[in-house]
Amino acid sequence: MNRHAPDISAAKISGGVATDRQHDSAHKHVTGEAIYIDDMPDLAGTLHGCLGLSTVAHGTIKSMDMSAVKAAPGVVTVLTASDVPGENDISPTGLHDEPVLADGQVQFFGQPIFCVIAETREAARRACKLAKIDYDWQPAVLDVAGLDPAKDRFVTSPLKLERGDVELAMASAPHRLKGRMRIGGQDHFYLEGQIALAVPGEDGDVTVYSSTQHPSEVQHMVSHALGVPSHAVTVEIRRMGGGFGGKETQGNLFAVLAAIAAKRLGRAVKIRPDRDDDMTATGKRHDFVVDYDVGFDDDGRILGADYLFAARCGFSADLSGPVTDRALFHVDNSYYLPAVRARSAPFYTNTVSNTAFRGFGGPQGMVGGERVMEEIAYALGKDPLEIRKINFYGTTDRNVTPYHQTVEDNVIHRVVEELEKSADYEKRKRKIAAFNAGSELIKRGIALTPVKFGISFTATHFNQAGALVHVYTDGSVHLNHGGTEMGQGLYVKVAQVVAEEFQIDIDQVKITATTTGKVPNTSATAASSGSDLNGMAAQNAARQIKDRLCDFASEKWGLPKDQIKFLPNRVRIGNQEIPFPELVKQAYMGRVQLSAAGFYKTPEIHWDREKGRGQPFYYFAYGAACAEVSIDTLTGEYMVERVDILHETGRSLNRAIDIGQIEGAFIQGMGWLTTEELVWDEKGRLRTHAPSTYKIPLASDRPKIFNVMLADWADNVKPTVHRSKAVGEPPFMLAISVLHALSDAVGSVADHKICPRLDAPATPERVLMAVERLKREASA
Amino acid sequence: MPMPAIRHHIRFLLNGDEIALTEVRADETLLDFLRLRRSLVGTKEGCAEGDCGACTVLVGRLSNGELVYEGVNACIRFLGSLDGCHVVTVEHLKRPDGSLHPVQQALVDHHGSQCGFCTPGFVMGLYALWMRTPKPTERQIETALQGNLCRCTGYEPIVKAAKAISGYGRVADDPLVAERASVAAKLAEWRDGSRVEIGEGAERFIVPASLDDFAEVYAAEPDATIVAGSTDVGLWVTKHFREISPAIFIGGLHELRRVERAEGQLTVGAGVSYSDARDVLAAAIPALGPLLERIGGDQVRNMGTIGGNIANGSPIGDTPPPLIALGATLTLRKGSTRRSLPLEDFFVDYGKQDRLPGEFVESIVVPLPAKGSHFAAYKISKRRDEDITAALGAFYLALARDGTVATIRIAYGGMAATPKRAAAAEAALAGQKWNEANVEAAMDALSSDFTPISDMRASAEYRMMVARNLLKRFFLETGAPKKPTQVSRYEAA
Repeated sequence: MNRHAPDISAAKISGGVATDRQHDSAHKHVTGEAIYIDDMPDLAGTLHGCLGLSTVAHGTIKSMDMSAVKAAPGVVTVLTASDVPGENDISPTGLHDEPVLADGQVQFFGQPIFCVIAETREAARRACKLAKIDYDWQPAVLDVAGLDPAKDRFVTSPLKLERGDVELAMASAPHRLKGRMRIGGQDHFYLEGQIALAVPGEDGDVTVYSSTQHPSEVQHMVSHALGVPSHAVTVEIRRMGGGFGGKETQGNLFAVLAAIAAKRLGRAVKIRPDRDDDMTATGKRHDFVVDYDVGFDDDGRILGADYLFAARCGFSADLSGPVTDRALFHVDNSYYLPAVRARSAPFYTNTVSNTAFRGFGGPQGMVGGERVMEEIAYALGKDPLEIRKINFYGTTDRNVTPYHQTVEDNVIHRVVEELEKSADYEKRKRKIAAFNAGSELIKRGIALTPVKFGISFTATHFNQAGALVHVYTDGSVHLNHGGTEMGQGLYVKVAQVVAEEFQIDIDQVKITATTTGKVPNTSATAASSGSDLNGMAAQNAARQIKDRLCDFASEKWGLPKDQIKFLPNRVRIGNQEIPFPELVKQAYMGRVQLSAAGFYKTPEIHWDREKGRGQPFYYFAYGAACAEVSIDTLTGEYMVERVDILHETGRSLNRAIDIGQIEGAFIQGMGWLTTEELVWDEKGRLRTHAPSTYKIPLASDRPKIFNVMLADWADNVKPTVHRSKAVGEPPFMLAISVLHALSDAVGSVADHKICPRLDAPATPERVLMAVERLKREASA
Repeated sequence: MPMPAIRHHIRFLLNGDEIALTEVRADETLLDFLRLRRSLVGTKEGCAEGDCGACTVLVGRLSNGELVYEGVNACIRFLGSLDGCHVVTVEHLKRPDGSLHPVQQALVDHHGSQCGFCTPGFVMGLYALWMRTPKPTERQIETALQGNLCRCTGYEPIVKAAKAISGYGRVADDPLVAERASVAAKLAEWRDGSRVEIGEGAERFIVPASLDDFAEVYAAEPDATIVAGSTDVGLWVTKHFREISPAIFIGGLHELRRVERAEGQLTVGAGVSYSDARDVLAAAIPALGPLLERIGGDQVRNMGTIGGNIANGSPIGDTPPPLIALGATLTLRKGSTRRSLPLEDFFVDYGKQDRLPGEFVESIVVPLPAKGSHFAAYKISKRRDEDITAALGAFYLALARDGTVATIRIAYGGMAATPKRAAAAEAALAGQKWNEANVEAAMDALSSDFTPISDMRASAEYRMMVARNLLKRFFLETGAPKKPTQVSRYEAA
């Protein structure tokens, strides 16, 4: 980038907070100059790995014949479980239930058993096919629908949230209904697949370039697997080509194997699985079966509710504990449940171990909760929006969650009220009814659904972050922090915060790759927490340096500190102004430390999982969406006609980035609930393992009309970084409006007398089947 | 026929460089060449099967003397097929002074990238669109982007950028446009009428000099793999490591890329791409236009051919059912011998076609629908665009003066092991009044025509239900209904 002198008379810096700054790498994205791990120039002698995957869902390995693999052209070595020098485990929660390579026992179709290391990627891939492995088959558990929480195996301990006397509330409720809903999983489909490049160093050290949201965890996993201290492993990541939770723990496998091979062979080793292997061997969003039982009054006000969330976790725990916990944390969505019991059932299955995905179980919890709203509406013959509104959390009463946290920042009433108006909900609802009355084949539907999403890691200790800021003698700034960039714009937001703090143009702030060597012991960039945590840590580092500069200036010029003010690209010291670099240079000459490590931990939060009580969330983020769709009752095909969104961001650090997050999350959520269908066959083999069979939304699946507005009229009530709010995950759940609009359209074929009970994903097939069922039942 | 001269290298333009290669494996992909041999790493691999578009590059080729640039999937395009072409990658766009190309600047200004991994592919796809349509409609943009997946943005800013590109520069000022004449001259000069033969054993491939040369080569080597657009064969290599040698690359054979209109029929060369077929087929048979726009993405449509869609015998190819319903016939050729057979007879069974060793599909003869007849083709897929068909119904109907069915041809894809006519349903309608009761009877008859399977695309139950309902839709649409019969994304064209 061309270096141009900062404007020292500017009224405002460029790229401070609350500006619509472009993504820091936008220029590099469009020119192809942004370097992803596979784009790094190869070191001489770089080798390539390919994973050999299980071809049965459950069994023991009787024999493994690798002779043909080893003899294949270009093959250097083949790693199996016994080649792991340290612990053969990459369980991120310490449960020791997830081997790097299967050792004797395979637990899902696609589980890594061996890893071929060869001179080229192609040679490794070809050689993989030559392995001969015999298995003793064992029965496989593939689906959770028939499992019993009292008897069947869990991968981790379940959670129960309970408040009030559920039995009593149900028994005395004027109305009661029960039902079951299936909610599908989702593949992340990050455009850049998993990848790791390990480079051996001296002393047996290794540097791993890993496409990961969690460099510190990769570091720990590699060190355990190698049997070396953490200090021997450095993990670095400049950018990912998408993460969405799919690189929170799932990169460990590739990093560990690359590191083992690199250390053993003394050569750089890269592992980049083919898309099919990536989708087969790495975890996805959990699919759920939700059982609900709810009691309510004549107005549709919930009196008591009982939920069971059964999740297909796969063969190991991975993050299934916190994911299924978060499903329960969001079953209430924006609604007060006077008496409630919600239980999770994190079932063991012989499928790939499911993992984090944007929303982290929250979306599934919310979809389950919203089904109940819809059921009540149908039972009482009311508009679902009326039921939703009557159940909203109050602001001064009716405001305690099922986990006993009081909701203190509730703005859902205003958000929904404004959206109802701007989307013209009532009028369109009537127009749609009129349209449907006159249209036999094509039916329209509309739904307005709210979102309230809790912000913080529910594992309280993760809510900390570090940053490292250097100011060089020319006044330019080196910024580093523990957050990772996966496209969400974290790097630019944190740079804005630092630029704002020093009052220097953002061009003066160099954004640098996340590395465990600069900021240690970091948390995953996840739970929407990136800017909240790292922004504050970086601000803290910048403030330390700023304070030292202030002290220095105060002493040098003999002025009280309040006479020293940081103005755009300059500093006012008493009656004079000097350029920022000038002060920095003088401070250096005065032997002032111009580097600082910043730190932040989220205050107030606590959580007692055993008791199901606490304040797991620092605050909530709110939003609402109104979707209108049309469906074809002959084929189940549909079109999203219009979507209006109002989403709350607090005082946005960067509206452009936030709108990008909202739009992107919405479309991703819509894909989850519509066309993205994961299909396993009876052998436990994933049949949708590539974009040819797994269908994420296209440009032509966008709503025809798409209005996105920020509700930035309210600062965050908590002192977050510049009073902004987290935005990564919450808008994902706005897409629930599309599912409910589809359901509303289906419901019209039976005059909204029968609840469609449309499961997710609502593929054209599910829509048509629901239409047919309603027609059948209506005529019966 | 005199034996053409034989050349043992391929040559093409890569951005601004002339490339001549003597060592090219038959199955070497353009993407691997760019990334591994040329360190042009701006072009990304997202899926290696032509479905995500991260690897989109432009290929310029001479078409009737004119230089056209089309987006293709470098991941499944074979390097050997690029003889005589101009390959343009994202690295070629930035101006010498470091400023961005209008497509790039528009994307930056509209926040069109987040993680950025898909972005070079979008840049190239939008570049191709902008060159041919500087001010595209929303529909043209969406159609051009069907083959590009973005997981971050939700596409909204990308579409906004696409609409704005022309505000950043004029097509006439674009280097590729400005240099068109000199590039065309270079490519024309390289067309020396020779056959290319490269490699030995498992690495061998041939680029025939002409259609006749191809016929001769293939008759002599009937075990060779014919590669036209490589949208299918590409995956044999990238996903299954199948040997394709000796491969014969026929994508550049101009004689196979012609569409001729004669009295009452179209003759479509087997090498005509979906993109090239679209306008000419839609002009003659409007119902084919929207269907052709839903095959693959733009990149796949630029590469894939009608002949390939037929010759690979897939039960879910999108062109055979409508062509069968239209009464198309195939011209098959072996050496200099040609024969003709109804398209429906070509499909013998799953993976088995009526094609002799050394014989290839040369052209498809498509009779134009009779005046007053009805024809429709409906594709059903999980995702509307760039998806593989779950079921596809195609219907041709001509009524007699008395309102009875004079001709009915119904063909389905996705319902059996091959594209297949619905004989029982047709029988239920032939000679009968075209009315609801008779159509209902034909719908019922479909269950004796088909026993569909369940797979990841659809259940057998859904397939049958939809097959029935598509016939019903056809019936309703022949009645010129006033109310909508389908959901639609765009106002009627």
